[in-house]
Amino acid sequence: MSRNIGSTGGHGRTVGKLCLMVCGMFAFGFALVPLYDMFCEVTGLGGRTGDQYAYDPASMQKDSSRLVKVNFVTNTNDGMAWEFWAESGGVRVHPGEVKEVKFYVRNPTKQRMVGQAIPSVVPGRAAQYFHKTECFCFNNQVLEPGETLEMPMRFIVDPDLPKNVPTVSLSYALFDITEMAAGNMKSRAEG
Amino acid sequence: MSEVVVAHHDDHHDHGPDKGLARWLFTTNHKDIGTLYLWFSFTMFLIGGVMALIIRTELFQPGLQFIDPAFFNQMTTNHGLIMVFGAIMPAFVGLANWLVPMMVGAPDMALPRMNNLSFWILPFAFAMLISTLFMEGGGPNFGWTFYAPLSTTYAPDTVTYFIFGVHLMGASSIMGSINIIATILNMRAPGMTLMKMPLFVWTWLITAYLLLAVMPVLAGAVTMMLFDIHFGTSFFNAAGGGDPVMFQHIFWFFGHPEVYIMILPAFGIVSQIIPTFARKPLFGYDSMVYATASIAFLSFIVWAHHMFTVGMPLAGQLFFMYSTMLIAVPTGVKVFNWTATMWRGSMTFETPMLFAIAFVILFTIGGFSGLMLAITPVDYQYHDTYFVVAHFHYVLVPGALFSIIAAVYYWLPKWCGRMYDESLGKLHFWLSFIGVNVTFFPQHFSGLAGMPRRIPDYALQFADFNMVSSIGAFIFGFSQVFFLYVLIKTIRSGEPATDRVWEGAHGLEWTLPSPAPYHSFTTPPNVTDAEAHS
Ligand code: HEM
Ligand SMILES: [Cu+2]
Repeated sequence: MSRNIGSTGGHGRTVGKLCLMVCGMFAFGFALVPLYDMFCEVTGLGGRTGDQYAYDPASMQKDSSRLVKVNFVTNTNDGMAWEFWAESGGVRVHPGEVKEVKFYVRNPTKQRMVGQAIPSVVPGRAAQYFHKTECFCFNNQVLEPGETLEMPMRFIVDPDLPKNVPTVSLSYALFDITEMAAGNMKSRAEG
Repeated sequence: MSEVVVAHHDDHHDHGPDKGLARWLFTTNHKDIGTLYLWFSFTMFLIGGVMALIIRTELFQPGLQFIDPAFFNQMTTNHGLIMVFGAIMPAFVGLANWLVPMMVGAPDMALPRMNNLSFWILPFAFAMLISTLFMEGGGPNFGWTFYAPLSTTYAPDTVTYFIFGVHLMGASSIMGSINIIATILNMRAPGMTLMKMPLFVWTWLITAYLLLAVMPVLAGAVTMMLFDIHFGTSFFNAAGGGDPVMFQHIFWFFGHPEVYIMILPAFGIVSQIIPTFARKPLFGYDSMVYATASIAFLSFIVWAHHMFTVGMPLAGQLFFMYSTMLIAVPTGVKVFNWTATMWRGSMTFETPMLFAIAFVILFTIGGFSGLMLAITPVDYQYHDTYFVVAHFHYVLVPGALFSIIAAVYYWLPKWCGRMYDESLGKLHFWLSFIGVNVTFFPQHFSGLAGMPRRIPDYALQFADFNMVSSIGAFIFGFSQVFFLYVLIKTIRSGEPATDRVWEGAHGLEWTLPSPAPYHSFTTPPNVTDAEAHS
C-alpha cells in the first residue's frame, strides 16, 4: 500500500495552500472597494468629483481664450420630499476662474429632515478637471419643517481640461438620510 | 466480488455500507456522497423547474392572469438561484465525487469527512432560501444577480436568510473544490501523470481553482450587503458615499467565471463521451487542456460585458468587447476537436452520444449569440431583453444540463450495474431536444424585437413567440419527469451491465466491475496506455 487511505495525512500542505488562496481572494473582494475608488478617480468612471480643492491662487492661470459651458442638474432621489434647485441652469466660465453658483433646498414637510447631495460630472473624463473649492455636498444639510436654505457652491474648471470638452454637466442627486443620520442601523429609504 | 473489495490491511473502516439512514448521514464514501449530490441536484432541478413552469404559465398569454407581479419576481429570482447553485453546480460536484477517484485510480476522495460536511450543508442552505418564499414579505425578488440597492435598500426583510444561504452554498463549494484538487494532485495512481488524466478530471481541476478564486469574492459581496443592511455601512449606498455600480463589478467578477464553472466540467464530460461512441481517441487532447486553461484565465478579464449599458469609458468598452470575443477562440478549438473526433469515426448513437452531439450543436448556437452580445453597440439594444435569456439558456440547458444528463446515461450502468432501456433513453432525448428548442429558440426573436426580460406582462406583438415558448417549456419539463421514471426503472430492474459497458470506452473506471464496488482501487491500479491518454 503506497497511500494513506481515509486520513488527511499527506494532504495538509495542499489544503493549507488552497485555504490561503481562499482567504486571499476573500480579502481581494474587499480590496476591490478601494481599488474601485482609485480606478474611478483616475478614469473619471461614474463622474466622481474629488473632495474640497486646495490650491494656490497665484499659480492658477486663467485661460481667457476659451469658455466652457457648465450645466447644473438637480435631482431628488426617489422618496426625497425636498425641493432642490439651482439659481441658473448653467454658466459659461473661463478655465482657471473661480465661479460661485447658488443652490437652494426647501423642506416642505412637517418633519425635520437631513439631506445629502451626491455630485457627478458628465462626461466622466472631465471629472478630474472639475474642482470644487466649496460645496454643500461636503456636508449634509439639516432642515426644519418649511425651512429654505441657500447653499453657495464655488468651483474652478482646470485649465488642463481637454480642448475637445466644450460642455461639462454637474448633476446633484439629493438623498434623504434622516434615518441614517439618526443612527438608525437600517438605512431604508421607504418608497 | 473482486479482490479489490477485500482489502484486509485496511482495517480502520467498514467494508460495506452501513444500513439505513445512518449510511447516508455519516457516510464518508465518495460513491455515497456522489449519489447524495446527484439526487439532491435532481430534486432542486424539479423544484426550480416548477418555478420555471409557473413563469411560463403566466407568460403564456399577454396580460396578468395567474400570479401577481411581486410573486413573479420571486419566481424568476429563485428559479435562477436554484438552478445555478442547487441543480447544475451540485450535479457536477456529484459527478466529480463518483468519477474523479475512479478515473485517477484513487480509493476515495482526499478528505472524506469534509466531503460529508460539504454535501450536508447544502440541504440547509436551500431549505433556508426556499423557506423565505413562505415568510411575510416574500422571498428574494431582486433577480439571481441581486443588484444593490434592489437587494439592500429595497429588499424584503428575508434577504438576511438569502445572504446566509449564499454563504453556506459558497462554503460547500469551497470545501468541495479543495477536496477535488487535493484528490487530483495527491492521489493519482502511479503512472497517471497530469497529461494522462481523462479530460473530465482536467476540466474539474481547473474548475475547482476557478471556484476557489471567485466563491470568496461572492462571499465578500454578500457580506458587504449584510453590513449595508444591518450595520449602517455604505458600500453600495450612494447616499452614504458608496456606489451601486461597484456592486455590479464585484458581482460579475464572480459571475462571469461562475458561468464557466458551469460549463468547463461539461466540456470534460463531452470529451469523454464522444471518443467512446466515435471509437476514436479524442482529437487534440493537449489543445483541449490548453484551451480549457485559457478559457479559465480569460474568464477573469471579461466581466464587464454584462455591464456595457451602465456607463464605462470608451477604452473600457473596447477592452471588454475584444477580450470577450477572444474567448470564442479557445471555445472554437474545442468545438473543432469534438467535430474532428467524430470525423470518420465508426459512430453509433446511443443515448449519451445523442445528448453529447446535441450539446456540441446547441452549445455552439449559444456561443454565437454570446458573440453577438459581446458587440458593445448592439448590446445596447439586446441587453436585458429575451435575447440574453435565449443566449444563456442555450449554453446552460442544452449545454451544461445536457452534458449532465449524458453523463448520467453514460456512467449509470457502472454506478448501479444495470443498463437503462435504450429506446426509453432515446425517447427522453428527442422529447428534451424538441422541448428545449421550442422553448428557447423563439426567445431569440422576441428579444431582438425588444421584449424585456423579468417582466410578467408583454406587448401584444410578442404573444405568438411566448405561447410557443410556454408549450415547449411544458414539453421539456414533463420529459424530465419521464427521465426520473427511466432512472428509477433502470436502478430497479435494468438488464445487468457488463464491466466495460461500452465497446469503445477507455479509462480506469471501466476496468472495475459493474456495479463499481463500494471500495475501489484500495491498491493502486496499473495505468496502461489503453486506459489512459498516452
Ligand atoms: C463564446 C462564449 C460567450 C460569449 C461571447 C458570451 C457573452 C455574453 C454577454 C456579452 C452577455 C451579456 C449580455 C447582456 O446582459 O447584455 C452574456 C450573458 C450571459 N451569459 Fe454568456 N457568453 C458566452 C458563453 C457563455 C457560457 C458558456 C455561459 C454559461 C454556461 C454563459 C452564461 C451567460 C449568462 C448566465 C448570462 C446572463 C447573465 C444575466 O444577466 O442574468 N455564457 N454572455
Ligand atoms: Cu459573462
